[in-house]
Amino acid sequence: MRLWSRAAWALGLVALALFPVVVTNPAYVAIGVFTLIYMSCASSWNMFSGYTGYIALGSAVSYGVGAYTMALVSIHANMAPGASMFWLAPLGGLLASLVALPIGAIALRVRRHTFVVITIAIFFVFQLTAINVGFTGSTSGLILPFISWNESYYNVPFYYVALGLVIFATALSALVRRSRFGLQMLAIRDDEDRALGLGVRTTAVKLTGFALAQFTIGMAGALYAMFVGQIFPQFVFDPLFDVSIALMAFLGGLGTLAGPLLGALILESFQQWLTLSFSNSSLYLILFGALFLLVILFMPQGIVVFVRDRVTRRAAREKAAVAAAETTLAGSRA
Amino acid sequence: MSGSALTYAIVDGVLTGSVYALMATGLTLIFGVMDIINIAQGIFVVLGAYLSYAIQLHWGIDPFVGLLITIPTLFVVGIVVERVFMSRLKGPEKTAMSILVTYAVSLLIEGSLNMIFSVNVVQINAWYVNQSFKLFGVYFAYIYVFGFILAVVLLAALWVLLYRTRFGASVRASLADQTAAALIGINVKRVATICFGIGTAVTAAGGMVFGATNAFNASSSYDLISRLLTIIVLGGMGSLGGALVASIGMVMLEDVVGVVWSPVWSTMTFFIVLVIVLSLRPQGLFGKQLARTA
Repeated sequence: MRLWSRAAWALGLVALALFPVVVTNPAYVAIGVFTLIYMSCASSWNMFSGYTGYIALGSAVSYGVGAYTMALVSIHANMAPGASMFWLAPLGGLLASLVALPIGAIALRVRRHTFVVITIAIFFVFQLTAINVGFTGSTSGLILPFISWNESYYNVPFYYVALGLVIFATALSALVRRSRFGLQMLAIRDDEDRALGLGVRTTAVKLTGFALAQFTIGMAGALYAMFVGQIFPQFVFDPLFDVSIALMAFLGGLGTLAGPLLGALILESFQQWLTLSFSNSSLYLILFGALFLLVILFMPQGIVVFVRDRVTRRAAREKAAVAAAETTLAGSRA
Repeated sequence: MSGSALTYAIVDGVLTGSVYALMATGLTLIFGVMDIINIAQGIFVVLGAYLSYAIQLHWGIDPFVGLLITIPTLFVVGIVVERVFMSRLKGPEKTAMSILVTYAVSLLIEGSLNMIFSVNVVQINAWYVNQSFKLFGVYFAYIYVFGFILAVVLLAALWVLLYRTRFGASVRASLADQTAAALIGINVKRVATICFGIGTAVTAAGGMVFGATNAFNASSSYDLISRLLTIIVLGGMGSLGGALVASIGMVMLEDVVGVVWSPVWSTMTFFIVLVIVLSLRPQGLFGKQLARTA
């Protein structure tokens, strides 16, 4: 089992790394970039919401802050368009984490279901502010410095930076999970009052986890802005983004390491493919909604847990069968 | 600030606020009885508006008369959604799951409405939408008053149902404590299904008034649900009186800010007030102190 899971991880990584080498069509590589961006976001979202059980639906705030950090700094600092702009991504992530501190301080005063509603409300504050203030370019958006890379090659650097981001998010998530801090988050999910009683500083743990999760999402937002070249407040502060990454995590398996990655891989590539082949957003909404319902109602634990349970159960059955056969055999001998 | 602007804010707050109160009551009722946060409430309002619009357009039925069709229709929609999806949700993650499921339902309906009615905005039209009269020195279209009367009548009917009938006693018992209600022989499941139906049915009326006072399309639901959620959190989730007070208070405040400052910022006051109130009183204005394990 251990070996199998390690092999699957390695295989997945190799497949992702080779994808732009094998598939050279820029349109498909672009789909890959978006998919990787969402994978990193879903993984990072899961590191807080999946571990603590606090479903945050305002992650688009971090995404937007990251995107606007990239856009505003690169425009106003007159940066040379090119690879140096990638260095703005960590700055975007840092700002997203900083913005998340006061948000978390307010939203985390309440327990789970009210928390969800408050994160939605705070998200709308940011969306409306971004649309209403001047420096975001309002509804006409902002255009980033034009990067004049060769068209057939343009997507590839973004692809590998995004892959790096996915690896970073996954590694961080795995490290946190194994740490004392991660255990404290899981304890909060299972029973917050008992965790508090046992000496876990729940408020500090939740706030740290929340702010830490926003770092990768902010970086992803910055990368997105640089990749698409023009951003609009209503698209980087998008309510559908919030729900999408939550759904990705649920689809794959909330609280697991591979789940959100798998969920994002399936959903985002599916969405991009639909947009590419049908360009009908209404149809997409219907399919997305239907898929969402099916997953939650029939696989509420997500794909990873679903499959793992099947495999474990089968192994247990086989073991039991072998044991039963041995007993019968022993019995007949006696 | 001029006197008439303040008058306008107060009158509109009462008139429009009562319609929001009707929609928010449905939402808070569903939460109180079932621990379900119904994100689809916004799209149900839009669905109600589209139904009234279509009935008027194709059959020439006045939207107010059409409520005799749309209210039962949405009641049935609510019952079906509850039976098919909501009743399957169980366990400690029920509330979180309910948000995702109702959001998915909302996306399904949004996509279907976009396909049927296109994304172009429409508005319900009738003589009382176009004609206005003077009230306390401010002009109002008749629809605001008619909508107010409708909301008051329905809220009163709801009050009678909840406080003067045997069924209402079961609902209030379930609101107070679901386990205890089940133990004294109340069929909490049946109560929940009917409450979901009622909570959805009121959006037919709210949607009709919303559709007559605003140009709308399917994506108006985002704005609606964010306001309604803010209202019920502010009022205290599960508190019917809180929903009423918060609706009227918030619409008034929005109008005042719109007049003295800028309409652009008025929607934001909604959310800023929410953030301030919650940092002082996490359970909302009229909410019960939530059990620590919630």
